[in-house]
Amino acid sequence: MGAWFPGERVVFRGKDLFKELKDLPWMGLLLYGITGRIPNGKQIRLFDGIWTLCTSYPDPRLWNNRVAALAGTTRSTAALALSAGNAVSEASIYGRRPDIRAIDFLLRVKCQLEAGAEIEEIVIKELKKYKIIPGYGRPITRKDERIEPLLSLAEEIDFSHGPYVKLAFMIEETLLQGRRRLHMNIAALAAALAADQGLSCREYYHYSILSFSAGMLPCYVEAVRKPEGVFFPLSCDRIQYKGKPRRVW
Amino acid sequence: MNEKRELIHSQIWEEVAAPDNPFAAAACYCSGYDVYGDLLGKASWVEYLYLLFKRERPSSAEARLLEGLAVAIANPGPRDHSIRAAMCAGVGGSTAASSLMAALAVGAGQLNGAREVALAMASWQECGKNLMAWQERLQHLPQEERADVWLSLEHPPGFDPHGASCATPVQQTLAFLVKNSPGETLPWLQTHRLELEAAANSPLAMTGVAAAAMIDLDFNMQQSEMLYLLLRLPGAAAHALEQQAYGWRRYPFFSHGLELSDELQG
Repeated sequence: MGAWFPGERVVFRGKDLFKELKDLPWMGLLLYGITGRIPNGKQIRLFDGIWTLCTSYPDPRLWNNRVAALAGTTRSTAALALSAGNAVSEASIYGRRPDIRAIDFLLRVKCQLEAGAEIEEIVIKELKKYKIIPGYGRPITRKDERIEPLLSLAEEIDFSHGPYVKLAFMIEETLLQGRRRLHMNIAALAAALAADQGLSCREYYHYSILSFSAGMLPCYVEAVRKPEGVFFPLSCDRIQYKGKPRRVW
Repeated sequence: MNEKRELIHSQIWEEVAAPDNPFAAAACYCSGYDVYGDLLGKASWVEYLYLLFKRERPSSAEARLLEGLAVAIANPGPRDHSIRAAMCAGVGGSTAASSLMAALAVGAGQLNGAREVALAMASWQECGKNLMAWQERLQHLPQEERADVWLSLEHPPGFDPHGASCATPVQQTLAFLVKNSPGETLPWLQTHRLELEAAANSPLAMTGVAAAAMIDLDFNMQQSEMLYLLLRLPGAAAHALEQQAYGWRRYPFFSHGLELSDELQG
């Protein structure tokens, strides 16, 4: 995949980093490293835009960001804060698992539709088997505020009518007719846009890994600016113990 | 505004605040035991570890088994992938935490890692002591229909895909743990090791022994995954520090180990 020739050159997936890849923005290099395909300008804008609009809320209440803030308040290093925060972002109820499952679902549904299955039948089967449809439904609020701005960007660069985006909305339509009335969340739309650009399941997962980073750093920085240890302090009585009664060893 | 006070719920830990500071504990109770006023000095490290996970004291047999396992896996040695990850941090002068984070990340996986232990335990839960069920499962690995952050299985969990025969330390560990196990899983594994290895087409690995020990200790898969990560850190820490002292000039760089298969295309 690549090598460093000390004092000479760097080969990056078969290309000379300093000659052939020197003008790529970092997002372009990241995508090239993952896929082996050089993205065009519109694709770089899309994948950059997904990160800007959808992934980096600098809110220290969010669990992964809170890790970064806790590292700040305890005066750990920023790199440790970000590494841990990103590792934590590989979660089940948000972040990397919904990401990979959302694109996987879209890819699987498309295959099944092409093989002659009906969308209602696929959705019902998935819901019955796994209880959730990745990319649909949201625990705290029904409306996902990120969908509109991301769709605007996609429209601007003419990516809003790809087959997977259409499919994502078709699935939403089906789910809204069901008993649980599940709305699409950003995981489905971002995954659909990526699938329309030819990203595979794992390529999309690899692309997503660092996406929350930009929101973590402000959380870390803010905690560092405040006195040590004052981030969301907990007094002893904030622990509600419901365990075994007092006893002697 | 009457906002409900948000609490941390715990069946493990209780604190009594100091009279002069609500943020300082005057007493800490772990599953009812006064940690600093009673337990300290009476409970061994392994007993306390067991208490934290199970909320009960271990029997002496359980404590012996967990202690034996902890010693057996504390240091897989500097050729092990997780230890190498820690040493890479150490040799470059990285932070102490990054050494352990590197060891955790690499030692978390499905080859020799904590995930492998959890998956091997899933086999125990599925097959129990039914040899035919084991043989079927080892020859037809279960595969998840949906994609996940974890990759698909490439070898039967608990067995060494690169092994020629069951490594002596694995056999010695198994033999020792069998003698100290209050359960039936480890003895059954020892009795049927050769048949299982034949079905898996590979020898038993330390992860397989650890998984059986965790079953005999009645830990669940999640607890066992955590414990396996935790108990392998001592070696990672020690080797990272050792290589930091030796310095990068004495650590393999694999100068001639890289063959570039996609040389410049243009």
